[in-house]
Amino acid sequence: MDQEYDAIILGTGLKECLLAGLLSVDGKKILHMDRNSYYGGESASLNLKQLYEKFKPGQELPPHYGRWQDWNFDMVPKFMMGNGLLVRVLVHTGVHKYLEFKAVDGSYVVKGGKTYKVPANDKDALRSSLMGMFEKYRARSFFIFVQDYEKDDPRTHKGYDLDVITSRELFKEYGLDPNTVDFIGHALALQTDDSFMDQPARKMVMAVKLYSESLARFETNSPYIYPLYGLGELPQGFARLSAVYGGTYMLAKPDAEVVYDEAGKACGVSSEGETAKAKYVVGDPSYFPGKVRRVGQVVRAICILSHPIPNVGDSHSVQIIIPQKQTGRQSDMYVFGCSFAHNVCAKGKYLAFVSTAVETANPTAELIPGLQLLGAIDEYFVQVSDVMEPVNDGSEDGCYISKGYDATTHFQSTVEDVLEMYKKITGKDVNLDADDPAATAGQEQ
Amino acid sequence: MSTLPVMQAKLVLLGDMGAGKSSLVLRFVKGQFFEYQESTIGAAFLTQTVSVSDATVKFEIWDTAGQERYHSLAPMYYRGAAAAIIVYDIQSPSSFERAKSWVRELQRQGNANLVMALAGNKADIAEKEPEKRKVDADEAQAYADENGLFFMETSARTAANVNDLFYEIARKLPRAEPPTPAAAGVTLSAQRQSQRPKSQCC
Ligand SMILES: Nc1nc2c(ncn2[C@@H]2O[C@H](COP(=O)(O)OP(=O)(O)OP(=O)(O)O)[C@@H](O)[C@H]2O)c(=O)[nH]1
Ligand SMILES: [Mg+2]
Repeated sequence: MDQEYDAIILGTGLKECLLAGLLSVDGKKILHMDRNSYYGGESASLNLKQLYEKFKPGQELPPHYGRWQDWNFDMVPKFMMGNGLLVRVLVHTGVHKYLEFKAVDGSYVVKGGKTYKVPANDKDALRSSLMGMFEKYRARSFFIFVQDYEKDDPRTHKGYDLDVITSRELFKEYGLDPNTVDFIGHALALQTDDSFMDQPARKMVMAVKLYSESLARFETNSPYIYPLYGLGELPQGFARLSAVYGGTYMLAKPDAEVVYDEAGKACGVSSEGETAKAKYVVGDPSYFPGKVRRVGQVVRAICILSHPIPNVGDSHSVQIIIPQKQTGRQSDMYVFGCSFAHNVCAKGKYLAFVSTAVETANPTAELIPGLQLLGAIDEYFVQVSDVMEPVNDGSEDGCYISKGYDATTHFQSTVEDVLEMYKKITGKDVNLDADDPAATAGQEQ
Repeated sequence: MSTLPVMQAKLVLLGDMGAGKSSLVLRFVKGQFFEYQESTIGAAFLTQTVSVSDATVKFEIWDTAGQERYHSLAPMYYRGAAAAIIVYDIQSPSSFERAKSWVRELQRQGNANLVMALAGNKADIAEKEPEKRKVDADEAQAYADENGLFFMETSARTAANVNDLFYEIARKLPRAEPPTPAAAGVTLSAQRQSQRPKSQCC
């Protein structure tokens, strides 16, 4: 370990592993460490033993759960957009070849206490029972506008400058009623709250476009895909990429600590009496006390079920969105479901995750509307996580710190953070277009 | 020409540093051997296809990429593996002990019908200089029998038993396709699978 590296990376969360992979491929000499004995940091998938150690230390594993190895509980449940940035980075780096994916069966939205399939394009709009007759045609016109919109082709802009017109104004142009606006903003554009309404419409339009193009990519009933064995495979895949390019991996280093020079610039990492030197240090917020601040909290419940989530066509994998208006909250609530078909639990079992941004002093109670959709729950585990963010940008102190994982349903903001960090570190962009020309919507987010 | 059914099989290599994992793969896939094999950089996995009497097996061979060095091998390495070769150096009792601990690890983490092979590598050395042998072939054979592995002494240097090892694995792989869970997988590639939906206007 007493060596000199280009970069030392602390924490093996998805963001850190992705950076490790990208930097290693660039020829940088990387040392990657984690305090835990497993990969994934905050975004790990824990097996049953690790889950119990975390939530119910000292308690015996119930024998009816079978082998503890057969369980993979995502600590940060999300799905991957089929045409999103993460897929593009996977293909760009070749890491998709290490993993197996399945399409997520369905995507639903709650309205007035009922769950509806999310209509995502012009044809779906006409079939959906979510809207009345005339509203369907108005929604259809809006979808056609979004589907045809090309940034570089003014003819498709229909006279709207998306950097000027707000989402609220654009919806008004199409005469959409508040319910339709609600599901487009929250179930298609996947905005976690209503702040997008008064911002330029581009972000929302591109997000809807990403959704419908993702849906088309795999011709399934949802825009999402999910890796077998859980999301924890993603950081492992990128870590392997880094290792293949010479990156050194050390897990189970509980005392790993950043070392600073007299000027206060990070110059290495120490552990077990040894110090490794580096030009800069990259890591998740937990390794940089005093250099991060809390920007929010997310509460997540992990639930074990013995049946599929009710009212979603017995899907093995599903997302249900409860828009904030339906619960009188500021932010949306998300339900994710997956099952033994994804090698994340024992045969016959199902996992469901309910998550939302914390708004009150009793976060667990906030999850009730989501938990109520699940039917009987065998056992559940609740975790409240702080979402941390770096105070500085790393240019002065040599500390490049990732942001915590937000409440969004997919990895768009996760990968954006990584691409920004990569740019700060190397001064250049990752050119994703060269490898996956099919994807166009993701990058404009 | 008769066409045999083609099976895809992920094969992982495990073993102590320097036991000869990369050299065995290189010998099998490219027919090469390097006296001073660099520690493995730049290849995530190599593929090689072999035909046995009733099937063609396409091996996807995963080298450890050095991640095992500090006990940091990711569980994804074993996921879905159909076969594992656990390699030790016949000159090194500690590498044999390490091989046994890999076997235990695989029994714990690996899939139930994983085909495991134990390879006592660098057999060429014992042939020339018998006193350099520190792990007895009978002892390794007995260990393999007890644990349901099959065993061969190999030499990546002379190629002795290298192809045999992989062909024997190909023969031992369970023939029935594993039951496919509910939905089929999706393939990610640079090419999108379907045309993007264009509305039917204009
Ligand atoms: N004489 C002899 N030397 C061998 C044989 N196989 C490998 N070697 C030598 O042993 C050394 C290590 O071989 P590698 O193939 O790199 O071993 P490895 O298990 O891949 O090692 P790591 O990647 O570092 O874990 C190299 O110098 C090889 O040339 C063999 O069958 N006979
Ligand atoms: Mg090697």
